[in-house]
Amino acid sequence: MRTAVVVFPGSNCDRDIAVALGAATGRPPAMVWHKDTALPPDLDLVALPGGFSFGDYLRCGAIAARAPIMPAVRAFADRGGHVLGICNGFQILIEAGLLPGALMRNAGLRFVCRSQTLTVATADSPFTAGFARGEAVRMVVAHHDGNFAAPPDLVAELQDQDRIAFRYDGNPNGSANDIAGVLSPNRRCLGLMPHPERAAEPAHGATDGARLFASLTAALGRAAV
Amino acid sequence: MKARVTVTLKPGVLDPQGAAVARALGALGFDGVGDVRQGKLIEIDLAPGPDPEGTVRAMCEQLLANTVIETYAIEILP
Repeated sequence: MRTAVVVFPGSNCDRDIAVALGAATGRPPAMVWHKDTALPPDLDLVALPGGFSFGDYLRCGAIAARAPIMPAVRAFADRGGHVLGICNGFQILIEAGLLPGALMRNAGLRFVCRSQTLTVATADSPFTAGFARGEAVRMVVAHHDGNFAAPPDLVAELQDQDRIAFRYDGNPNGSANDIAGVLSPNRRCLGLMPHPERAAEPAHGATDGARLFASLTAALGRAAV
Repeated sequence: MKARVTVTLKPGVLDPQGAAVARALGALGFDGVGDVRQGKLIEIDLAPGPDPEGTVRAMCEQLLANTVIETYAIEILP
């Protein structure tokens, strides 16, 4: 599986996701700078890492979502490529319109940084196929703006289409319907606030995150988009 | 010319920062404070053009406001 990580000014989980993807696929990802206008050829997955791109100016992810690389990311997603956005990467995907809703300031107004139990809400995606629906997994949350805001009709649509990937067990930020991660309509784009790449090795204290990358590797194999 | 854009959360969208400001005002002894909504003020120096308001509206739709949760108001100043 060929992967790429987009690096923005202020990204700070780009190395972490690169290590996790490298461990899962046996091949280090291509690191793509935000000012590039093209992705490497024959990619299976593009990952947008966590961090504080552009200092969270204006709105989290708003400036990054208009970066020169983003039309290529959008085109990749439009032709069926797999895209993973973690934390700030999730905020960027929402600002870019690749995922619905909005991510607002945490309801408690505090930056939340802690180990977090999640419930796997669907196993029907290349990201979550290695989990069981309803299974409790542990990852890490570290964000100030992870409060997933969606009107009731959008929440209903996400539920009806089985596009909620993970829910919080003990909501840390006020997210609607305890939503921690959502899938695109074609199930090939996942955004989530928790960090699987920071729960991917025994030294991290949890390894459930590695199963997300193992799921992807198993699902995508060698077929390039 | 100058454009002044005010971005605020839509009515009905919970504003935890505004709520915190309202509580702090109450704690300072200011009575009669109802709902407080916090927003952003963005001032833009603009070269004169045929349709400044339309230009700024496009800026709001494409970048300055997240219209899922925010609304905006535009003032064009001389």
